[in-house]
Amino acid sequence: MTRLLAPVVRLLARLLAPVAALWDRFARTLPGRVVVRVFGPTVRRLVSPTARYIYRRLVWMVFLLLVVSMLAFLIFYALPSGDPAAQRAGKGADQAQIDRVKHTLFLDRPIYEQYFHYIKQIVLHFDFGFSYDTNADVAHAITSRLPATISLAAGAAVIWLIVGVLIGILSALRPRSFFDRLVMGGALLGISAPVYWLALVALALFSQSYGVIHLIPDTGAYRPLTEDPGAWFTSLIVPWCILALSFAAIYARLMRANLLEVLDQDYLRTAEAKGLSRRRVVVRHGVRSAITPIVTAFGLDLGILLGGAVLTESVFNIPGIGRLSYDAIVASNLPVIQGTVLFAAFFIIAANILVDIVYALIDPRVRLA
Amino acid sequence: MTDPLLDVRDLRVTIPTEDGDVHAVSGVSFAVEPGKVLGVVGESGSGKSVTMLSLMGLMRRAGARVTGEVRFGGTDLVTADDRTLRRLRGDDVAMIFQDPLSSLHPFYRVGSQITEGIRAHRDVSRKQAKERAIELLGLVGIPRPHQRVDDYPHEFSGGMRQRVMIAMALANDPKLLIADEPTTALDVTVQAQILALLQRLQAELGMAVVMITHDLGVVAEIADDIAVMYAGRIVERAPVKTLFRQPRHPYTWGLLRSIPRLDLPRDVDLVPIEGRPPSLIHPTGRCAFQPRCAYAARCCGTEDPALTPVGSDPEHLVRCDMDEEQGTRIWSALAAGESPEQAALAAGVPTTGTAA
Repeated sequence: MTRLLAPVVRLLARLLAPVAALWDRFARTLPGRVVVRVFGPTVRRLVSPTARYIYRRLVWMVFLLLVVSMLAFLIFYALPSGDPAAQRAGKGADQAQIDRVKHTLFLDRPIYEQYFHYIKQIVLHFDFGFSYDTNADVAHAITSRLPATISLAAGAAVIWLIVGVLIGILSALRPRSFFDRLVMGGALLGISAPVYWLALVALALFSQSYGVIHLIPDTGAYRPLTEDPGAWFTSLIVPWCILALSFAAIYARLMRANLLEVLDQDYLRTAEAKGLSRRRVVVRHGVRSAITPIVTAFGLDLGILLGGAVLTESVFNIPGIGRLSYDAIVASNLPVIQGTVLFAAFFIIAANILVDIVYALIDPRVRLA
Repeated sequence: MTDPLLDVRDLRVTIPTEDGDVHAVSGVSFAVEPGKVLGVVGESGSGKSVTMLSLMGLMRRAGARVTGEVRFGGTDLVTADDRTLRRLRGDDVAMIFQDPLSSLHPFYRVGSQITEGIRAHRDVSRKQAKERAIELLGLVGIPRPHQRVDDYPHEFSGGMRQRVMIAMALANDPKLLIADEPTTALDVTVQAQILALLQRLQAELGMAVVMITHDLGVVAEIADDIAVMYAGRIVERAPVKTLFRQPRHPYTWGLLRSIPRLDLPRDVDLVPIEGRPPSLIHPTGRCAFQPRCAYAARCCGTEDPALTPVGSDPEHLVRCDMDEEQGTRIWSALAAGESPEQAALAAGVPTTGTAA
């Protein structure tokens, strides 16, 4: 689900750009000019352009999150998958009970009041409501599942970044060689194979109780790192690899293409003409340039995954945010769905901002303004 | 005559491509004495750059086959291993390139790009290398070198960037500087500044310079000798004065006539050389310029002419079968602003009629 969300959020940011333009227009009107005239110099003196940029992006992020929450609210209001109140009241509840539940959940109010109440609770109390089926606090349900998702995403990220970049570099250094053709063919397979299928194959081959070779623990073996580091590691190693595979394949191809292009640049010839060693030419001059776009892609992919790796978490039964949102969708558990959507959107937008800032740090030609 | 610093003999470079082998350089010989300036002139694809890049072993990774002999200070650069070449590159032999923006790494400060080259060859501290970088930036005429040393390439103008490239090349006091079209990507006014700078530095530091260009005007003032290249070989070689006074090869005439002149009426059009350079994949075995030559006729043999001495200057070599006396007459007619037909008619040479 979060996979679908990322392009939606990016599209939204694009569509809402006119609002940002509105602020610019306001700054050009008389009252706007007064505001800018009075506060502008102070702001400029006190805050660096980068800080002002970050501040602007943060304001933008809050705005985007509001829109996402509104859309999510509208979608679930317009497309009811059963009466939430009836669900909440439980089986065999009579109409009076359902009506009472409806009242306590504000479901008998108009939608804008419901929405306003929802946002107010979040802003004032960081209260995302209660899960319909377990009664658990949604904010707590999400934050308690965050470590599992972070473990999965971070571990996979380390693997795919190292493997993908290394393979990409080696391929680019010997284009059209046997190695290059082999790994690029493999990369195509890695990109094409669906994660859930790969995960099931891995389980069928290697899992403890029903695999061909008994190598890895069964699904659901996840333990928090703080509780049992050994079990944490062994339970995650296969999910990491499975999740990392397709990313590694994409990154290898990206890195190969980038580096091939950079190796053709005039400044690589200059580096060589200076009499630097081949390794220094390739790494310090070539890879340094070729890896810049990788950093961007990496930030965004990680942001998306932190919103929950739904497929991997579901197949391996890892109690992360992805698994949580999957269960919530199956059960039409609206508060949990809303909460996970907002969290996922938050991570994606935050990753976008972070990527922009990091990009300005690694490419001196980019200015944040 | 002193021993040459660089002695190139029968250099051949073949680059395999999908369409066949490209004979980018086929049998080039020249020598550069210490402290002298050689101008290598020719149009795009004539093999100028490939010649120089292969001298420094920079064509090896492109899969090019290089044969012949290149003597530089007792080493044969064609057979030398990568290690030896790497030690020479950026130390005794330095290069500057055409486009200074794309030739500088966009992510590193110019100072660190210069010190990197120093520290690759000299065992000096970071601080010493940086001081040397500042000194070099001052030498090439960059104002406030102490501050500019920490700037990035995109913070410099085009001319200043080329100065940075020159500073980088001079870092280790090279004996030979190869300048590959150093002014082509620059504005005309800046071109003149960079040329003057190169001329000044060459005189001050006493290094030899090979200046590659497609513009005879660029090397007219700075060069001692000029080699004109066409289709991968030298077609005419002479001291600069001789070449401008008594050019002998029809291709050189074409190059000279395409330079704007102040002594001719303003309504005289510049004369382009008709036709296109020949394919370097299938050499004909005959004079490569023949198909474009306005005077190619009975005087031309069926074989490719050798580079032979001509005229009174013993250092003047030409690769053309044309009779000496006829050549002199044609050039004097051309220099007076006449068309190739008129010139040929005056000299009694039957023309092919291809050139208008």
